Amino acid sequence: MASSDAVLEVEHLTMRFGGLVAVGDLSFACRRGDITALIGPNGAGKTTVFNCITGFYRPTEGMISLRHPSGATHLLERLPGHAITWRAKVARTFQNIRLFSGMTVLENLLVAQHNPLMIASGFTLAGLLGLPGFRRAEKEAVEKAALWLEKTGLVDRADDPAGDLPYGAQRRLEIARAMCTDPILLCLDEPAAGLNPRESLELNDLLLSIRAEQGTSILLIEHDMSVVMEISDHVVVLDYGVKIADGVPAEVRSDPRVIAAYLGVEDEEVEEVEAEVGVEIPA
Amino acid sequence: MSAVHPTSVAPTSDAALTGGDVSAAGRRGVDLAGTLRSAVMAALLMFGLAVPILLLRTEQGPGGGLILIPRWNLVLVCCGLVFLARLAIGLLGGDQGLFSRARTRKATITVSADPAKQSGFRFAAVATPLFVGAAVAFPLIVYLLKGGLAESRYWIDLGILILTYVMLGWGLNIVVGLAGLLDLGYVAFYAVGAYSYALLSTTFGLSFWICLPLAGILAAFWGILLGFPVLRLRGDYLAIVTLAFGEIIRLVLINWVDVTGGGAGISSIPRVTFFGIPFTAGEEGFAARFGLEFNPMQRVVFLYYLILVLALITNLVTIRLRRLPIGRAWEALREDEIACRSLGINTTNTKLTAFAIGAMFGGFAGSFFATRQGFISPESFNFLESATILAIVVLGGMGSQVGVAVAAIAMVAGPELLRNLGFLRAVFGEGFDPNEYRLLLFGLAMVAMMVWRPRGLISVREPSVVFRERKSISGSLVKEGHG
Repeated sequence: MASSDAVLEVEHLTMRFGGLVAVGDLSFACRRGDITALIGPNGAGKTTVFNCITGFYRPTEGMISLRHPSGATHLLERLPGHAITWRAKVARTFQNIRLFSGMTVLENLLVAQHNPLMIASGFTLAGLLGLPGFRRAEKEAVEKAALWLEKTGLVDRADDPAGDLPYGAQRRLEIARAMCTDPILLCLDEPAAGLNPRESLELNDLLLSIRAEQGTSILLIEHDMSVVMEISDHVVVLDYGVKIADGVPAEVRSDPRVIAAYLGVEDEEVEEVEAEVGVEIPA
Repeated sequence: MSAVHPTSVAPTSDAALTGGDVSAAGRRGVDLAGTLRSAVMAALLMFGLAVPILLLRTEQGPGGGLILIPRWNLVLVCCGLVFLARLAIGLLGGDQGLFSRARTRKATITVSADPAKQSGFRFAAVATPLFVGAAVAFPLIVYLLKGGLAESRYWIDLGILILTYVMLGWGLNIVVGLAGLLDLGYVAFYAVGAYSYALLSTTFGLSFWICLPLAGILAAFWGILLGFPVLRLRGDYLAIVTLAFGEIIRLVLINWVDVTGGGAGISSIPRVTFFGIPFTAGEEGFAARFGLEFNPMQRVVFLYYLILVLALITNLVTIRLRRLPIGRAWEALREDEIACRSLGINTTNTKLTAFAIGAMFGGFAGSFFATRQGFISPESFNFLESATILAIVVLGGMGSQVGVAVAAIAMVAGPELLRNLGFLRAVFGEGFDPNEYRLLLFGLAMVAMMVWRPRGLISVREPSVVFRERKSISGSLVKEGHG
């Protein structure tokens, strides 16, 4: 893959927890404007990769670089957690939804715009005095939130507490909240988990429109193959922390190693298949 | 949840009402024998508590030594009262033990906003002007009722005390109620403010009006200094370290005799002036300048309005901050720190600002305390003060400004009113002093609060920004932070 148009490059990423190798020497790239899916069986290390990219874990080894359209490159493994979102413009959602459940939907979206609003409020001083500059900035922030409420179909619930929303709406709100940080790369951890088929389809449309309108590249972890195969341009398959396949969805789907990892093989065939596919399973 | 369940209701239908809380449902709908049994258990529990607490009374014997007088009557009366009360609760159908209530509440935590609680929000909107009006008119009302300034001194002093705690409660509310950081050492900042004013004024002769902002800045500085090492901690650990910080400040004040005067404290701190004009009887005094007759109460009334203004400033700034990005970030931090980080919020700085601003208001209140008392010693800044202020915040409903004010009145004025419960002597005999039972009654009131309103007096949250329609948020959705 040509690295020149890559928005995210993960090189030789290794994450060890004591003796356990959660991710071993993983390299892959996400092209700008692509929807890249990271799939694999449970416990394959997908969320660990996400946590390394978004600064929740510091990788044991490896380099994660994010390239902005302006050419600026950020080495994510060196940035503190909050700077990854604010400076490098990587946003994420969580597998178990993490909304501010006691705050309204609109407040959730305004918290996501904290940093620009902080600057507009003169680090609180101008805001405290009620200067017009801050009022204008806040109005714009509410407008931007309204735009995302519109896109996610949450306008009618804007003044309800986020914790009161149904599950599917909470998922959409979390995506809207992440998008309010103006990300270059949006990382979604199982966005379709717990959604019904109709909501899954709506999610597909939402993600495609985000890419089309905002030009945001998307990296997602997903178990729901209808989402993965439908919308992703590029699939990376992990098993036991090691990459076993990398390519377009059609290629990956027919890859014998992927099938073996997902469907499993008979006990007596394990060693045979392992030798065949060359997967090293860490003890 | 507060609906009365008749004892005849079958347990199965109750189970559906309580969200499948099996143990609570099992305890519901009990027969008379069960009620009797639990009443006997409660009486036995009371007996176990009453024997060490109430049974023995020490009195001066004829030989000068202490003799013990057993008071079995009192113990038995108390046990009987508890037995009857428990029986009444059981028979009237409100048989939801303390613990089953707590569990059913947890089971319904995801239920949508309770419409009954929405009234709390409207209450806050009406209560604010009412409270401010009452607070402004308070000295006049007392003056008219008592028929003189000198006679109303006790009440105005009580008003000053209450307002000091209202201000401290509002200050701590920023840290505990908004940012969700459990701070058990808030009194340290109160002490920093008080000693800042005392030392600056006695050493350099600076006036109160210069020292007031300085005291706030110094307290904020100490807030940041404390914040740096402890903000990595969460929950219980944060509480313990802040508790220790409060004690460290107190011990330094006691032991650094050269500067602080040690346990003897600092006396003859300059009194407050009317923006430079002292409240004295002389020609340069406030009364002479304004052509009034001198009265020592003029200073007390001025102090009352001073603390009222300081408290209102605290309130206005807090309300304002809540609607600014920083306040929203505090509340988001209370809700979910990890999500905050994922949105690019610098959680360390955000927590530090909460600590610093909370501490600053504590410092203002401290310097007011010093100028009011004219004498301060480390004894005034013990852990009990921190606990009282925290109790005010928790009782009021974390994050609610009106709730904190009401709780401060209840916490400070309540025990004072108990001093005047002389009629209880008719019930408990001549030797009964209600004053001795102040804290016991007070504790009972706290337990009752926690049973009936575990989220505080006002548990609804008011949104900081409105898109179309203002809706209050049920307390069951609002998180309490890591502590």
